[in-house]
Amino acid sequence: MLKLLNKYAEKLVAHGLCSPGEPLVGGVNDAVIWNRPDPRAAELEKIIAALNINSIVCARPAEPFFSILNEHCHRSGAEFVPEDTETRTFLHSIPVARSMTAAEIVPLLQKRKGCVVEGHGVVAFGTVSPEQAFVVFSSIIFSAFVKFFVDYAYSQYAGTPDLVVAAMLPEVLAAYDTFLPAAARVDLERGVFSEEDAIFRAMAHAGQATVDARMVDSFFGNISYFAGDTVYISQTGSSLDELAGCIDACPLDNSASTGITASSELVAHRDIYLEGGNRAILHGHPKFSVIMSMLCFEPACENRGKCHIKCDRERYVEDIPVIPGEVGTGPRGLSSTLPPAVLGRRGAIVYGHGVFTVGTKDFRDAFANLSKIETLCRESYMRIISGPAPG
Amino acid sequence: MHGWTGKILTVNLTEQTTAELNLPVNVYQREIGGKGLCGALLFEHFCHAWNDPRMPLAFMTGPLNNTSSPTSGRMTVMSRSPLTGAVCDASVGGRLGTVLKRAGYDGVLVTGRSEQWCGLVITENGVAFQDAAHLTGLAVSDIHGRLLAAPGLQKGAHAMVGPAAENGVRYAAIVFDGHYFAGRGGLGLVMAEKKLKFLSVSGSLKTDVFDRDELKAAQEEIYRLVAASPVLTGDLGLANYGTGALYDLMRSRRMMPTNNFRETYFESAPSMNAYAYKKRYATKKFGCAGCHILCKKVGAQGDIIPEFETMSHFSALVGNTDLDAVVAANRLCNEAGMDTISAGVALATHAEITGRQMTPAAILTMLENIASGRGDAALLGQGALRYACEAGRPEVAMVSKGLEFPAYDPRGAYGMALAYATSTRGGCHLRAYPVAHEILRKPVATDRFSLSGKARIIKISEDMNAVVDSLTACKFLFFAASLEEYARALQGVTGMRTSAQALLKTGERIYYRERIMNARNGFTAEDDDIPVRFFQESGSSSESIQIAPIDREAFLQERAAYYRIRGLDAQGLPTPEKCQELALPC
Ligand code: SF4
Ligand SMILES: [Zn+2]
Ligand SMILES: [Zn+2]
Repeated sequence: MLKLLNKYAEKLVAHGLCSPGEPLVGGVNDAVIWNRPDPRAAELEKIIAALNINSIVCARPAEPFFSILNEHCHRSGAEFVPEDTETRTFLHSIPVARSMTAAEIVPLLQKRKGCVVEGHGVVAFGTVSPEQAFVVFSSIIFSAFVKFFVDYAYSQYAGTPDLVVAAMLPEVLAAYDTFLPAAARVDLERGVFSEEDAIFRAMAHAGQATVDARMVDSFFGNISYFAGDTVYISQTGSSLDELAGCIDACPLDNSASTGITASSELVAHRDIYLEGGNRAILHGHPKFSVIMSMLCFEPACENRGKCHIKCDRERYVEDIPVIPGEVGTGPRGLSSTLPPAVLGRRGAIVYGHGVFTVGTKDFRDAFANLSKIETLCRESYMRIISGPAPG
Repeated sequence: MHGWTGKILTVNLTEQTTAELNLPVNVYQREIGGKGLCGALLFEHFCHAWNDPRMPLAFMTGPLNNTSSPTSGRMTVMSRSPLTGAVCDASVGGRLGTVLKRAGYDGVLVTGRSEQWCGLVITENGVAFQDAAHLTGLAVSDIHGRLLAAPGLQKGAHAMVGPAAENGVRYAAIVFDGHYFAGRGGLGLVMAEKKLKFLSVSGSLKTDVFDRDELKAAQEEIYRLVAASPVLTGDLGLANYGTGALYDLMRSRRMMPTNNFRETYFESAPSMNAYAYKKRYATKKFGCAGCHILCKKVGAQGDIIPEFETMSHFSALVGNTDLDAVVAANRLCNEAGMDTISAGVALATHAEITGRQMTPAAILTMLENIASGRGDAALLGQGALRYACEAGRPEVAMVSKGLEFPAYDPRGAYGMALAYATSTRGGCHLRAYPVAHEILRKPVATDRFSLSGKARIIKISEDMNAVVDSLTACKFLFFAASLEEYARALQGVTGMRTSAQALLKTGERIYYRERIMNARNGFTAEDDDIPVRFFQESGSSSESIQIAPIDREAFLQERAAYYRIRGLDAQGLPTPEKCQELALPC
């Protein structure tokens, strides 16, 4: 248990979400244990005692995330509701506590998997593993970040730019640059691969590189490679930086269902391969790509509010299509919208969700395009907010 | 009241009378429905033997039945098990739960014993007893066919017992609408003991919903999660392949019980997987009322495709490589109305004790003989444990509290070892289902070869599933959704203020009450155990996957932790403090 607590405490730091020494992670079986002593532990143990949970994370996020969270707290009542996919499917809403007390936090956690405590950070729990708390923690930060920038761009567009945010922006962007790693040279294997070992190695490296480049919040995202008659794909809920043992081989004809644990995007990946030409797919959640996908200045669109499933306009960030689609199967699912969109392109951005890129031989193009699309989106965003309000 | 009808039908078969029980709303809010209501109503009667006419048989729906809440078509049946003597409840699908609400009832509580075989016809306009002697000796599909043809019953939902129950098989099931089983622990035998051959229910009433918008919002949240779940709606998931989708996975994880759990890897599995059934039988899907996943499969010629447990036990467990024989064995059990898991384990026990490999023909003959109570096989109908004891080899029976194990070898998922042991109904996977996180990675993956920290996880899952069975909803949905979304659905339907964590508290109380009922009938820590084989023998390892015996010490330590977390004493018995905390009589 202690090993797991330390693992996720270290991961929060390694992913740049917290400063070293900050995360406090507790685990419970028949007694509570902590990754380290901390004055907050006593109050948190009251929370644990009041809930049926097995783990808890409490930490103050690193900048710029901490300032962003606090800003959301200032502006919201009992909760705030980002509109990205992660919130929509998984968090539903982000509740806000005003003090680090069990009395205030317990009622929030009775309903939701995590909450923000104004001026303190995030408290989140798990019922089978501290990994859940880690995931909720990083999801809250991701969603809050996206909402911060999306709201600001819309305020600008409306001709009433949010002055508080405008004043914060230089520092927030500078801190975000510090959060992003210095562009390291990434050497990914050259393909085509046919041996399982080579495939697994290439996938593991590309996954790790994506996490290192901070283009995915680790738990989400997925990756696959196509060889022979088989799609090799990361398992559902696997971390792209921990792919060893977490890749399923799924035969095209579905003749084995071992891949029942494969990513929910298996069908979308498979259909992309069936369209021909591609061998590698990489899917991450780079933040400005998600932000840009949610900025649509189409006046009076009857689908507004339902863009993530209903959008029927052709939208692009330069040559990259922005498409609707919910996670998984079904008529409004990514499995129907994604494959036609990437046909003959570098990739596609899914509304409020993330980016899919492809490669014809190996992961080098897919990775490079993921990072190019993110750069493109950040530049586009900066242009939008620094230009005059359109119209 | 919203969600609930506020009426429970009580039936006295001895007197052939019925009455209405009206519980106050606070009882409904505390028990929710299904398993919770069953436990509340049966609690004081658990001192009776299973075949005492005073021992009730309860059929309870929940507030979500007959609403648009996803997978709300299920209900719970509960009584005392003839196989184990422990609490026995089953969550069952089909239409009866929904239709019972349409007839105006939250549940039916049956006591007494009829002199002649009888049936009970429930409609929104009244209740009637019918003679059922003409239905005895018939196969389940014949009974169902005749009920569907009987005047006034055509549109009804039906629950019935088949020949296995008439012939005293201790794992006889109650069969709903022809295909859905209240399968485990012998509830069919309890019903047969009461000489109740069938229930037929019809109705057209609506269930009042407190806040339709709230329910709709919850429904959308749940649908979104289901669509995002590979295990449910992915190409290889339950919607496409049925529960049989698990078959390949169990093989690849080397935890497929083979040759009565002496091995954990079945060579021939690749040719007997869900894909093989789909191809050979050109399957289509169907499922419970109120469900959009539809995990049940039927072949083009009408053959019911076996569920995962049945697929596995009638192949790997008994060493059978004939696909058609699996389907035939399943059909035989369905027609006789008996549990395929217990039947499969009974056969495997027989094979191990006699040292005889079973041919497909031998399997089918043996099953027929069990169902009809003929010859030596009659003893196998008393369950694997009674049979093995009779042969002087009790250690060969793969059971917990006398209930035969389903198709997950605990050496491949250690949480399962503890879950089998602590389950109130015995060797059952559905109480805590650690396979969800140990194998299926939901909600996240845990280390399947470690017991550390599993006690609390098992406890929380047992509480959670107690809620699911009380709502009532389908456990499969919880591979994707959680109580967070269902709390919202419950709130929308009933108007009661609740939350995921408040519901877990409710579940804790429901589950603890079952521990009390078992304790009163003499169950102690000694019964919270699994066969010694799992601590002494290895499974079938490969180069990369070691299937070692489970460390007995670690198991006992974790079980002790479980007792502390659950508020039981070192003997696994309820404590006055915990009873008081949960407002339960000790
Ligand atoms: S998933 Fe299957 S068992 Fe569950 S409610 Fe739907 S059809 Fe019934
Ligand atoms: Zn994604
Ligand atoms: Zn009584």
